[in-house]
Amino acid sequence: MPLELRDMQSRFRAAVLGSGDGALGALLRADENIAARVAVHRHTVRRSLVEVLAAAYPVSRRIVGEAIFAQLADRFVVAAPPSVPQLSAYGGAFAAFIAHADIGQRLPYLADVARLEWARAEAYFAADAPALDFARLAALPPEDIETTRLHLHPASRLVASAFPIQRIWQVNQPEVAAVPEIDLGVAETVIITRKDHHVATRAIAAGDRAFLTAIANGGTLGEAADSAVRIAAAFDLRHALRDHFIAGTFRDDAQQSLT
Amino acid sequence: MEIPQAAGIGLRTAHLAAFAAEDSPTAPWLEIHSETFLCDGGPRLAMLDAVVAQYPLSCHGVGLSLGSADGLDPAHLARLKKLFARVQPGLISEHLAWSSTGGAYLNDLLPLPYTERVLDIVAANVAAAQDSFGRRILVENPSAYIAFADETMGEAKFLTRLVERTGCGILLDINNVYVSAANTGGDAAAYLRALPTMAISEIHLAGHSVANGMLIDTHDARVSDAVWALYADTIARIGARPTLIEWDRDVPEISVLLGEAHAAQVILDQRAGGRPHAA
Repeated sequence: MPLELRDMQSRFRAAVLGSGDGALGALLRADENIAARVAVHRHTVRRSLVEVLAAAYPVSRRIVGEAIFAQLADRFVVAAPPSVPQLSAYGGAFAAFIAHADIGQRLPYLADVARLEWARAEAYFAADAPALDFARLAALPPEDIETTRLHLHPASRLVASAFPIQRIWQVNQPEVAAVPEIDLGVAETVIITRKDHHVATRAIAAGDRAFLTAIANGGTLGEAADSAVRIAAAFDLRHALRDHFIAGTFRDDAQQSLT
Repeated sequence: MEIPQAAGIGLRTAHLAAFAAEDSPTAPWLEIHSETFLCDGGPRLAMLDAVVAQYPLSCHGVGLSLGSADGLDPAHLARLKKLFARVQPGLISEHLAWSSTGGAYLNDLLPLPYTERVLDIVAANVAAAQDSFGRRILVENPSAYIAFADETMGEAKFLTRLVERTGCGILLDINNVYVSAANTGGDAAAYLRALPTMAISEIHLAGHSVANGMLIDTHDARVSDAVWALYADTIARIGARPTLIEWDRDVPEISVLLGEAHAAQVILDQRAGGRPHAA
């Protein structure tokens, strides 16, 4: 019977993402070592993809430990293998997978830390664009400032959590030998930015969060400042903008007018 | 830039910054894995631009899945074309293997049964890739751990006919020839002699390891003595070819990679009649 290639490939997929050689074995040349031969490919597929996740989620891995991470990542690989051959884009759904896993229930902050890590990975690989600086905004006629619309830089990401995710991320960096006690009752929102090819992570206050959320949703500078003040009366627009210009939070659309 | 008939090394992300730097090491050419650079922007692409300004570059694909029954993914072809437009590679290569099926990418170079029907599919995919890129590609022989029951020809024959059908070139991985012969009971020297000499446009050399009675193409060690001997015989027989040292796991210091490339260069220079290689 002629071998149908598509059928072979789907049997092969089942064998490497499963645990035995199952229906694939029947297509192979008889050999006492078939299981070990198929296992070479299973091992390569699974280990290489677990390593991709380990590289994207180093802090999550440090928190749960290497063995538990490998187990969790392997279950994810089997449940949701990559759909495209572009591994820098693989693993975005891992945070949601963690949230539903036992370990994610036991460590309720873990999924949010993973979201922060994925946002950093996205920021690293995001498209290049010039960052908006103060001079450009200052050059606008004062009466236009209120109605100006800013745009987040392609690398900028906002991650909100009920947990201190920035602090957890910071104390789990490789250079920190002993993780200190952390008050898990502090909610943190983080802005991730990339400037001069360096990805930075910074916790921001509630007013700034409302400000950036309004801008991300297409609001004008005036509307965004109003949302910020409603949440935090002390919100200082000048101060917030200065920090964002330093970090490169916004994109400069040189061809477009800001209004 | 054209790839010289000299020994280069595979560029891995661990060494990207060093080769992008102004005081970068001396090497006749470098090869990247195309899929490593399919991001939209950021430091990785910026460093690649700096590498391209200093070295001839070859793009070696690991994800096109030339053996897929499903055909090639047009979106992936488009991403590769964009990368090639950016780096202007001297050579473009892929594998005689498959990695995608039913919408899943398995991140391994998986084996194909060598039959007429499979040859039709692979030839159509290679032709589609060459049409899309507007140029010839090289196809690399994979490392084999299993053999299919219903094959009608050997791999060397399959590759030869693929070259005849599509005009593609061959990227000859001598370590893979050695590993496959050991694992599936073939004759490495006979395999090498069976390939069409003129089609061989690049050679890969890498290290392997031993596990469960098999040779595994791990790319985590120096090139073995047996593979060096096959390489020297091949170069003596067919002449010099661009040669690349691949090392993908436990990547060592650059000096170790350049040392391996130097050993290959000595063999290339001997073939050239003792003429020293022009730097």
